Amino acid sequence: MRLSTKHLLGIRELSPQDIQLILDTATQFKEVLQRPIKKVPSLRDVTIVNLFYESSTRTRISFELAEKRLSADTINFTASGSSVSKGETLLDTVNNILSMKVDMVVMRHSASGAPHFLAKHIPAAIVNAGDGINEHPTQALLDAFSIRENLGSLEGKKIAIIGDIMHSRVALSNIYLLKKMGAEVTVAGPPTLIPKHMAEAFDLRVEYDLRKALEWCDVANVLRIQLERQNQVLFSSLREYNLAYGVKRSMLDSLGKKILVMHPGPINRGVELDSDVADSGQSLILQQVENGVAVRMAVLYLLAGREVQPTTI
Amino acid sequence: MKTILTGDQLALTIKRLSHQILENNSDLSEVCIIGIQPRGVWLSERIAQEIRSLRPETSLQYGILDITFYRDDVRNSLPVANQTDIPFSVENKKVIIIDDVLYTGRTIRAALDALIDFGRPRKVELCVLIDRRFSRELPIQPDYSGKAIDSIVSQRVKVYWKENHGKDEVVLL
Repeated sequence: MRLSTKHLLGIRELSPQDIQLILDTATQFKEVLQRPIKKVPSLRDVTIVNLFYESSTRTRISFELAEKRLSADTINFTASGSSVSKGETLLDTVNNILSMKVDMVVMRHSASGAPHFLAKHIPAAIVNAGDGINEHPTQALLDAFSIRENLGSLEGKKIAIIGDIMHSRVALSNIYLLKKMGAEVTVAGPPTLIPKHMAEAFDLRVEYDLRKALEWCDVANVLRIQLERQNQVLFSSLREYNLAYGVKRSMLDSLGKKILVMHPGPINRGVELDSDVADSGQSLILQQVENGVAVRMAVLYLLAGREVQPTTI
Repeated sequence: MKTILTGDQLALTIKRLSHQILENNSDLSEVCIIGIQPRGVWLSERIAQEIRSLRPETSLQYGILDITFYRDDVRNSLPVANQTDIPFSVENKKVIIIDDVLYTGRTIRAALDALIDFGRPRKVELCVLIDRRFSRELPIQPDYSGKAIDSIVSQRVKVYWKENHGKDEVVLL
């Protein structure tokens, strides 16, 4: 079975069947990661370059581990300390790397659409590890995997995405994925951080009152306030944001039901999420990180298929 | 199409294979049986059931193993992976791998690699229902064989199971 696409540029390009296949394959890889030898030889003839033009901890380590667990060879590239500072273009850099016989490119870039641009110009398979404010598909897949693991399925589940919806590629990928898989979505946050016409564009609910969003949902996916992308003042202070939209223990306890709390990391403790929520039993945060490796293994495995006619057995 | 084993013959063959396994392994506590996903599991379930009914006082260590990620042609076909469930340690145990049809031997080669990732068994044996002899591409032979047949490359052996196909039968297509 193959994915309907050659690259993973975003959830937007995937079909529900593709998403199902990735999540099902990830289940098997999660079992592999529990074994005494947490490694399979599937991609031992594949070389993958991790091209990170933007800083990252979780995603980069997670991709690198996933590649190593599949026995692929890996090269790590970070923009700082490379010829990018000498003015080499993205396409030149990638073409130079590919001429050394690299099969796949995992890339993160601050410009939205950078992986789409590369996909048009180079023959290797491309995995988007986050592009600007567009998409972060593997994060959405691992969020979906974590929800499925805890609630059984995505269909009909109520997911609230809370915080900086405007600048968040995690939010956009999650919205695409959850809608494709039949979940109900509410986005919540201050009006200045939620784009206009969101509800009509994606057929979802918009909520400006955090309490109402939490009362409605089964899962709260709390996003990071992206201080590096705020070039204008969209809320008055971090403290005020925390008072109005920070998820707090007292509020969760007063809901009368136990919702699950997720966060893509890194957490701004005491801003969007208080520590006694982030470190509680309701939080799936570390489970998300664990599942990230299995989900990325599934994505890389499914994109590494060779273009040949399958032989009959 | 030619019938290799009818339903009755299949039942007898499974009984015989189970008895042979018991004959060679009087102490079941040191033995584990592992069915290869997906099609070997139909056979291994039957054999495990038979052995349990013959030795109701001992608990049989039984697992299933998916070998998709270990196949040498994995990138050509990207087969859908199935569940692996080995809820015990294979370290220093005698492992009996069970599959339905032994043909080129490549599946068993992958199964050996997969198995070794769970520990170091003391001994590994192979039990198959149908042995398509003279068609091996690797030096692998069964220790327990239901029936050996001669076939050519263009032919296919199809095993039907009551649980899945509504009838027990083995045919050569």
